[in-house]
Amino acid sequence: MNYADLFRATLPETALEIAALLVVIVDLGLLRKAALKTRVAIAALLGVAGCAAAFWAVYVAGSAGLSAGDDLLLSAGGFTSVAQAGILVLTALTLLLLIGSVFTRHAGEYVAVVLMAAAGGLVVASAQDLLVIFVGLELLSLGLYILTAFAKSSGKSAEAAMKYYLFGGMSAAFLLFGFSYLYGISGSTNLHKILLASFYSSASGGAPLLYVALVMIAAGLGFKVAAVPFHLWAPDTYEGAPAPAAAFIASVSKVASFALLISIGTASVHLLDGVHELRLVAIGPLPKYLGVWIPWSLILTLLAAASMVLGNLAALAQISVRRLLAYSAIAHAGYILLGLAFFSHSNASANAILYYVLTYGLTTIGAFGVVSVVERATGSDKLDAFLGLHKRNPLLAAVLLVLFLSLAGIPPLVGFWAKFNLFAAVLGVSAGAVPFGLVALALALSAVSLYYYLQVLKRAYVMQAVDESPIKAHPVTMAVLVAIAAAVVALGCFPALLQGWIASF
Amino acid sequence: MLAWTIYLSFAGALVEALLPKGKAGLARWFALAVAVLGLAHAVGGFAAGMGQGRMIIVDVPWVPTMGVHYLLAADGISRVLVLLTGLAAVAGVLFSWNIEYRTNEFFAFYLALIGGVYGVFLSFDLFLLFVFYEIAIVPKYFLIAIWGSTRREYGAMKLALYSFAGSAMVLIGLLAAYTTSGSHSTSLIDLAHAGLPVSFQMWCFPLVFTGFAILAGMWPFHTWAPTGHVAAPTAASMLLAGVVMKLGAYGCLRVGIWLFPHGLDPWGFSLIGIGSWRDVFALLAVIGIVYGALVALAQTDFKFVIGYSSVSHMGFVLLGLMTLNQIGMTGAVMQMFSHGIIAGLLFAIVGRVVYERTHTRQLAELEKMHLGKRLPFAAWAFVIAGMASMGLPGFSGFVAELQVLVGAWIAKPWWTIAAGVGIVIGVAYTWRALQKAFFSDRLPTPEEHPKTGWPDLGAITWPEYTGVALLVGVSLFVGLYPRILLDTIEPAVKALLAGGGQ
Repeated sequence: MNYADLFRATLPETALEIAALLVVIVDLGLLRKAALKTRVAIAALLGVAGCAAAFWAVYVAGSAGLSAGDDLLLSAGGFTSVAQAGILVLTALTLLLLIGSVFTRHAGEYVAVVLMAAAGGLVVASAQDLLVIFVGLELLSLGLYILTAFAKSSGKSAEAAMKYYLFGGMSAAFLLFGFSYLYGISGSTNLHKILLASFYSSASGGAPLLYVALVMIAAGLGFKVAAVPFHLWAPDTYEGAPAPAAAFIASVSKVASFALLISIGTASVHLLDGVHELRLVAIGPLPKYLGVWIPWSLILTLLAAASMVLGNLAALAQISVRRLLAYSAIAHAGYILLGLAFFSHSNASANAILYYVLTYGLTTIGAFGVVSVVERATGSDKLDAFLGLHKRNPLLAAVLLVLFLSLAGIPPLVGFWAKFNLFAAVLGVSAGAVPFGLVALALALSAVSLYYYLQVLKRAYVMQAVDESPIKAHPVTMAVLVAIAAAVVALGCFPALLQGWIASF
Repeated sequence: MLAWTIYLSFAGALVEALLPKGKAGLARWFALAVAVLGLAHAVGGFAAGMGQGRMIIVDVPWVPTMGVHYLLAADGISRVLVLLTGLAAVAGVLFSWNIEYRTNEFFAFYLALIGGVYGVFLSFDLFLLFVFYEIAIVPKYFLIAIWGSTRREYGAMKLALYSFAGSAMVLIGLLAAYTTSGSHSTSLIDLAHAGLPVSFQMWCFPLVFTGFAILAGMWPFHTWAPTGHVAAPTAASMLLAGVVMKLGAYGCLRVGIWLFPHGLDPWGFSLIGIGSWRDVFALLAVIGIVYGALVALAQTDFKFVIGYSSVSHMGFVLLGLMTLNQIGMTGAVMQMFSHGIIAGLLFAIVGRVVYERTHTRQLAELEKMHLGKRLPFAAWAFVIAGMASMGLPGFSGFVAELQVLVGAWIAKPWWTIAAGVGIVIGVAYTWRALQKAFFSDRLPTPEEHPKTGWPDLGAITWPEYTGVALLVGVSLFVGLYPRILLDTIEPAVKALLAGGGQ
């Protein structure tokens, strides 16, 4: 490893960091006297340009991973590149949503923090080493805490950030604790080496320690993806954070964290391929619960089932649309965790999960965009704020209709294909009673979810409006939202487009 | 040609959504034009397909990695049901001519629903069928919730959740069949030939069948139907009873029975005379027939009478499917068509012709209004529709129910006896409703009688005349010359019974 390799492998991250510094310089230096509107617009556009540069770099650096000795630090290509490209696109979209918002006067800092957090996301998506994983996660998380608190005049924003930060600090401690056990068992920080060592250690009776470590790590990562029972921060944060920040948390941070889980899954299942040969030579028949995979899969299954059930049921009772979206995010995380718990040797699972999390991120950014417009006009994100939306802004109502139906999984929208893909992948791994029962549970709960999505749509389309004054949205916001809705419809009608793109890496 | 029914309807829905608000006349005429064009294509496709077997219309890969094809095809059953959809669509537009509130949106949802229904009847890819099936759910919700009447939000939500729960069951079965078959194709034709293991079919069949049968109003999952029908605006209840319930029955036939024929095999043991899923569903169908009729007999709301009669009549469809013989299943498809027309007519008379003028559907209040004298057209139309609904010879219902009963007799005589009871009760509730609503001789008390004489109920408008004439005409024509449909249905049923081949 030399610095040239390092630079080439981290080209996308570097591009984002340079853009972040540039934004701060331009905003605080050149545009100090300019109107706020101009500053916001220019900062956001610079940020988007940074994302575009990094996107290009993902393609260039696509083949270059980074290794220290024979330990892989950063992977590249395959699902890593897909996740990174997805992170960059979603980041750019949340930056564009900033242009129509008014929660802060510090546009430059906001964009810079978003870009740095996105860089953290890129690292997380490609990291293969415990230390790199932790650094990436902290870079991402710290950015998210700051973003949550960015509406300085809002008490809710501060409260949400404080809760998020405390939960986050705690979960990071758990994660680190788990990592330290793993290092103790295996003597390495490399994911692949750890998995191999844990296999031998459990074969020689060292399993209990391993299980403790896995539970700790599941707590740390479960917090990132808002899986039950580590979900408590999500409703408060989604409710209190400024809308573009909430959209960022709900999409980019999810993509990065799930990409990390995919890394772990891939490393584990590929390890078992090798072990298959070892078995005959060294150990004899495989005892039950040997290695990481089965207990890990069990933990993920439990998290998945709990998240699906609690997320969907709690969402039924919400009157704040942001909290509703938070619980629906928990439910969606549950579906994805199910895909991770039954992870296939081929690329089918990784592709299906990426498809799900990318399209979910896209949809949820749009949903937060709509909420932010309604919130600015009515001052509330309660269900009743959406009353008569079809009269007050028909286009916005149509976007809301498309996005929420997609979240509910109604064909031909993209959310349906995502679900189908994911569940087909789960059943493709194993068609036993347990995965089948869990898929059945997931589908039954998505029927339940239709109820709460319709609660919002009912107010937008069915119930009589109290106030019929039109709602104006910033043209850029509107353009972004319409583009997202169009993408949701187009990808739903031609699902092969995105599938082909994901498989092409 | 048939595929254009789908595209026209969806394109029409899109245009309706973009039409300027407040121009109700334009929206109506446009919707009528689209519906008539759709009907023309349906008739054209029906005529062109006479004497033909299954014809592939379009077959292009849609999601190559999963083997999903955009595969539209039509056999005799599809063609008959597409024809029914076309007729119901035109009649529905005619009977919603008086919608003034958000007219263009109404017709946008209406045409989207119709497009989804056409799509289901023409899909020969399991996946595509499911996509169209779900597309039909959402417009139903909005049609009822926005333009409905009695407890509309409740009725709409109940309907949407029942439908979605049913489709979740179907989706589970679909995923299971897809992964089990291993054929890497979701084409119905391929799956029917995939030779799914018998043990798999045994548990997957009831799941998928029940999922679809929920929408067909199978007892005890029928409760969405009466509340949904009553809450819905006239055109939507016509469509609900006329075609949407047929979606469920069609799914039972096309997916349930065709893909999982061994699901109907005997279990090998029998419990109180029930030895297979076939017995179970036939029993539920018979219960539905008798129960629906009995409950209809006790209703005080005119529209509930018709709502429960739909449950009863759909029981005949399910019973016909469970006979698994040529005549019974032909009768089931015939009954789908016939009930689609007749239930549409009944709902049109109750919801549009009567309710829009009297603003009540309570039989006790209608009794005092002497509608037989004041709305003779409605009275006579209802007499005709009632006779058709009772299954009098000369109407389509007679041909259909007779075939189902004969088929049931061949399968298990006691089914026929029980279902026959349902027919007798059917006469009773129709008669009761007819007598109370139109021909009661109960005089209003002096307080009830308006001093200034009866208010004018308004003349019958041309769309009402046209719609009634269309539906009565079709029912009579099919009743008098059933061969026109039977010749198309019979070969398709035969092919389907033979195990899926051509």
